[in-house]
Amino acid sequence: MNLYHLTVHKAAEMLNRREIKAQEVLEAVSRRIDLVENKIKAFITLTLDQAEKKAKELDDRHEFTGLGGIPYGVQDNLCTLGVTTTCASKMLEGFIPPYDATAVGRLKAAGAVMVGKLNMDEFGMGHFTETSCFHPTNNPWDLTRVAGGSSGGAAAAVAAGEVYYALASDTGGSLRQSAAYCGVVGMRPTYGRVSRYGLVAVASSMDQVGPVTRNVTDCALVLNLICGYDGLDSNSLEAEVPDYRGYLETNLKGMRIGFPREYFENYVDESVRDAVKKALLKYEELGAVVEETGLPHSKYALPVFRLLASAEASSNMARFDGVRYGYRDEEAQDIAEMMSNSRGRGFGPEVKRNILLGTYVLSKEQYDTYYLRAMKVRRLIKEDFDRAFEKYDLLVAPTTATVAFPRGERNEDLSDLLTIPASLAGIPAMSIPGGMVDGLPVGLQLMGPRLAEGTLLKAAYAFEQAADYHLRTPVLEV
Amino acid sequence: MALTEKDVERLSVLARISLTEEEKKAFARQMSSILDSAAVLDELSTDRIEPLIYVLSKYNVMRDDKVRPSLANDEALANAPLKEDAMFKVPRLI
Amino acid sequence: MTEKYEAVIGLEVHVELKTNTKAFCGCGLSFGALPNSHVCPGCLGMPGAIPVLNRELVEFAIKTGLALNCKIAEFCRFDRKNYFYPDLPANYQISQLDLPIASAGYLEIESEGVKKKIGINRVHMEEDAGKLVHQGSIMTTPYSLVDLNRAGTPLLEIVSEPDIRSPREASMYMEKLRSILLFLRVSDCKMEEGSLRCDANVSVRPRGQERLGTRTEIKNLNSFRSLERALEYEIKRHIELLEEGGELVQETRTWDEDRQVTLSMRSKEEAQDYRYFPDPNLPPVIIDPEWVERVRKTLPELPDQARERLMSEYNLSSYDANLLTMSKDVLDFFDACVAEYNEPKLIANWVMGELTRLLNQNNMEIKDCRVTPSSLAAMLKLMEQGTISGKIAKVVFEEMFNTGDAPEKIVKDRGLVQISDESAIKAIVDEVIAANPKVVEDFKAGKEKALGFLVGQVMKASKGKANPEIVNRLLREELSRP
Repeated sequence: MNLYHLTVHKAAEMLNRREIKAQEVLEAVSRRIDLVENKIKAFITLTLDQAEKKAKELDDRHEFTGLGGIPYGVQDNLCTLGVTTTCASKMLEGFIPPYDATAVGRLKAAGAVMVGKLNMDEFGMGHFTETSCFHPTNNPWDLTRVAGGSSGGAAAAVAAGEVYYALASDTGGSLRQSAAYCGVVGMRPTYGRVSRYGLVAVASSMDQVGPVTRNVTDCALVLNLICGYDGLDSNSLEAEVPDYRGYLETNLKGMRIGFPREYFENYVDESVRDAVKKALLKYEELGAVVEETGLPHSKYALPVFRLLASAEASSNMARFDGVRYGYRDEEAQDIAEMMSNSRGRGFGPEVKRNILLGTYVLSKEQYDTYYLRAMKVRRLIKEDFDRAFEKYDLLVAPTTATVAFPRGERNEDLSDLLTIPASLAGIPAMSIPGGMVDGLPVGLQLMGPRLAEGTLLKAAYAFEQAADYHLRTPVLEV
Repeated sequence: MALTEKDVERLSVLARISLTEEEKKAFARQMSSILDSAAVLDELSTDRIEPLIYVLSKYNVMRDDKVRPSLANDEALANAPLKEDAMFKVPRLI
Repeated sequence: MTEKYEAVIGLEVHVELKTNTKAFCGCGLSFGALPNSHVCPGCLGMPGAIPVLNRELVEFAIKTGLALNCKIAEFCRFDRKNYFYPDLPANYQISQLDLPIASAGYLEIESEGVKKKIGINRVHMEEDAGKLVHQGSIMTTPYSLVDLNRAGTPLLEIVSEPDIRSPREASMYMEKLRSILLFLRVSDCKMEEGSLRCDANVSVRPRGQERLGTRTEIKNLNSFRSLERALEYEIKRHIELLEEGGELVQETRTWDEDRQVTLSMRSKEEAQDYRYFPDPNLPPVIIDPEWVERVRKTLPELPDQARERLMSEYNLSSYDANLLTMSKDVLDFFDACVAEYNEPKLIANWVMGELTRLLNQNNMEIKDCRVTPSSLAAMLKLMEQGTISGKIAKVVFEEMFNTGDAPEKIVKDRGLVQISDESAIKAIVDEVIAANPKVVEDFKAGKEKALGFLVGQVMKASKGKANPEIVNRLLREELSRP
């Protein structure tokens, strides 16, 4: 039996019953990493030594509850105490945070075993984990194709069996889009549901932390641990966290599902549309009422996102100046030159362009034209969703317009188009394996009203059980 | 083109990012194209719409005025490129 | 020349609040601690940290707003002010731009018996920056060191209307503002330590002209004295320039304390654009009327009220009342002392006289002083009972100040009890008269002044302990004998 292939919930059960040891589970994952990592390139940093120590400790104490003893990975923009956190940027090469992100800290406290930090686009800016200053990550289903981004490392590692699950982030759709391309489950919870403390900020009004898992049950298990109020994040929600396992049922009778027509227009590949429509039929079979609906301001989401995200990023990323940490130009003669050169050389082109764009958008003369206007249209986009959720329990759509495509082949604009609106509205959204096109996974996106993570899990679980896409895995052993 | 190389240069001073000539050229082009595509927002009349500044309806999020432990000086300086006398060392200001 | 022109002055004051923790993180405030020892990921500007607002900052801001007769905003929020400086860890300052917590207030000063309202444009909340340490001057230092202990300290910025017309008024405004803040106990208001900082905007215009002249901003005003001096200098500079037909440049200038001049701060500064925008990390603050009322109820007696009370209840002069209400600690001392010994005028004289003199001499604050209101009252009672003379009292008081001992103990230990025994004094008087025949002649010839000399001689011989009233009386009696 290949232990790495187990689900989180199965492995947890076996650990609990003493059928396996945490060290064996880790050993299996470690072997798997040895075998496939040179093909996938999902990691920036491996922490197997620390992981071994922790697994041994856990075995000695034999205290396995929840996710205790199960190896996982963390996207490299979540701060980890004592472990380098680079955001895949030369700017932060070697940066060792003196604190854990809240989500990481909660998993750590629950006995989870971190095996490494996962690759991403530099500071989350990019679409296919290609702007990482280290290396791109390849799609486990086809190594010549992109893994998505910016959470490509997380999604690929989970899909390839290098970790059981991963913590990742989602600003404009990062973890959903990557999950879709890699055929795994990715959930962006309601804004504020998971603390952002320790997540290196790009666009503070949209950044969220969420799990990437191989199935919906595992997603629920991870959410159980990472969701909930945190006094270190001013936007953390106080609402009580239910046991999400309680939502894992297959009867969808009476559930009202809308599919927004704007997400099925011609820019979405026909094969993807077909796959999602098939999924909608499945939902009808499961007892849901499925109707077409509209989110009329969807087409404005991309420009709104670009303006707001670049503006917030330009300010959030001002702190990377070479003074207190990070890359510094040692030759500079004065402070302004030192900061400019450190930033000019420490950041990659995508990041620099974004910061400059945001600087422009916030400048006195342009503020009203761009920033203020974008905030207004953001309201229209959010209100589209509010109206839709008066009628529907959730919305179902493709996560991406295409399946993962060969590196360098497609237009990046399309890749986040369908994930951005939910980010702007702050609502929960997830991507689950929803079909296959030419041997590549299609992402099915579920979007719900605020705090409706449970509803999303329920619909996702019912679909997953009725289909079997989550059981398919890429073949990497040649 | 919405932005010239000169504009990009001015922004690079404001944002403290040194750029090569090629970068200025490329960024002027790319940023202009992004700004051009934002022109689609002009279709909407937004005069009477309140900007959405906060996606949550939270307010008065405040903590008690209680001291929490700070970092030790060596932890605070652990990542510093240069330090001296328990402080971060930087080149002269002017 | 100055009659021809009128100065228009507005002040921007920054006050460091004495909360327990910083504005947006749980680090304690520090002054003079080991550098970078009161810091955390938040105030170090480390990636991933998120500001969380200190409730006390808002409470202090509301309190201050109310004391300055401001309207408290029902809705206010925080904005980011973006600029790069190595003492600003995130390279943006959390501040308030267009929705400050308080606005449209005033405070009252009294200039030559005339009361005048100075408008308060706004009060807003923000965070302080860290400190830069240079080797020598900022211009010549080869490098700088950054200490972020102060970064994130809560500040209020209090902006006056341009209602101030003279350097004297400016410093009276500052004194009044300072005393209000001290009464509220929201700040230490120590200008030398930087917990109270002031920038001045000044322009000059011919009297009668409506339009404002070109304004300059003066920074680096570290004391009331430098505020007044700098304004005097700057106003004179403006007038001279105008008289010469010159053109003023709108600019920021710095006060050079050593040379007593203002200097232009023109540097290779690029056109500044702070790119303000609402901080998405900080939800807005909504202050309902109940909250305002709750804070209003906690407002202590303010300087103006205290002043009125001192004048009407104790009949103190407006001068005395002003001095006693400069600081809450001083007033509390005074009130506590009066509660034990109902001689307000006498106590006022001692507090503003000997006590203030000794405090200044020792560079101390009244709250650190070893003399307590009770011990001062006890000493004054000794005086009243005639146990010690007024002259001895000063000696006793200084001893109380230095040792903290009770006045009774000092009097006893040092044998300072006043001699009121007439026969003992009579003996000394006789000696003095016998020893100074010439002076006695002078007195008898009508030179009243000569008596003073003889009294002095008696006091000297008694080591200051003889009761001066008795000395006087006995001398007169003896000298009037034919």
